[in-house]
Amino acid sequence: MNQNDFVLLINPFKDKLFRLAKRLLVSTEEAEDATQEILVKLWSKNENLETYNSVEAVAMTMTKNYCLDQLKSKRASNLKIVHTNLANNEPSLHKQVEDHDSLKWVEKIINQLPEQQRIIIQLRDIEQCEFSEIAKIVEMNETAVRVALSRARKTIREYMLKAHNYGV
Amino acid sequence: MEILLEKYFEGQTSIAEENELKNYFSSLNVAPHLEQYRPLFGYFVEAKDENFDKKLPLISKKQKMAWLSIAASIVVLVGIASYTYFNMNKPNENAALGTYDDPKEALEATQKALAMLSNNVNTGIEGIQYIKMYEETKDKVFVE
Repeated sequence: MNQNDFVLLINPFKDKLFRLAKRLLVSTEEAEDATQEILVKLWSKNENLETYNSVEAVAMTMTKNYCLDQLKSKRASNLKIVHTNLANNEPSLHKQVEDHDSLKWVEKIINQLPEQQRIIIQLRDIEQCEFSEIAKIVEMNETAVRVALSRARKTIREYMLKAHNYGV
Repeated sequence: MEILLEKYFEGQTSIAEENELKNYFSSLNVAPHLEQYRPLFGYFVEAKDENFDKKLPLISKKQKMAWLSIAASIVVLVGIASYTYFNMNKPNENAALGTYDDPKEALEATQKALAMLSNNVNTGIEGIQYIKMYEETKDKVFVE
């Protein structure tokens, strides 16, 4: 497989990888780096690429694992900074409500969910994957995915109702 | 719509149903009591538009290694070439210096060269004699 074939192969889903990475890492730059890393890794696997039945699913799983690793190592190396970040989230969150920038605000809410739920929301509500695909990517069974999805959606609803009551 | 929404929050909706929800909330006539959910579905639609457009450094390690080995072999070649080049020139330089292969001839030449050297040294010594005279005169004048 040469470079052109590879680019054609990854084109349909590279944005998807990036959005998943951004969902988990939040920062655009970090998500870009992560996506780049994953695609280069994929490219170096070149010869085995044909043996996978879905390169996209493999890439999604790789992205998920890579980002989770990234988060874990960040947390291990500077626990303190993460905590101050959490503390800082609250006021800016209220500011978002005041600004009525509701789309940004939805993003904030989603990014506060646990990682697993964030991945599932991303895959289901934004990328519109089937439950079977999601189950494969997050390595859970479909029922567990449904339960986590429902929980995540309900958490979002709770926050939104609160925001609604504050905001209007 | 409420039933669909409830199903949605239970995680029981199909993708088609979810699209229906998205369409409903992106339309202008959303029921007032459902207005609060509008940003959520609006966000889902918007978030799908984000694209990755960073360039990919697609030179694999293998290719990098290939370039590295090419560079290394060029260096080695240049090294060998310059070594042989300078070694080829060395014997010629020796010839210009007047190397002898016959020991007799070499002995004669050496003796000649040494004689020339000692002659020159003697000339130098004669010159030094004057300095000695100067020293003696100086001692006579400045007696302690």
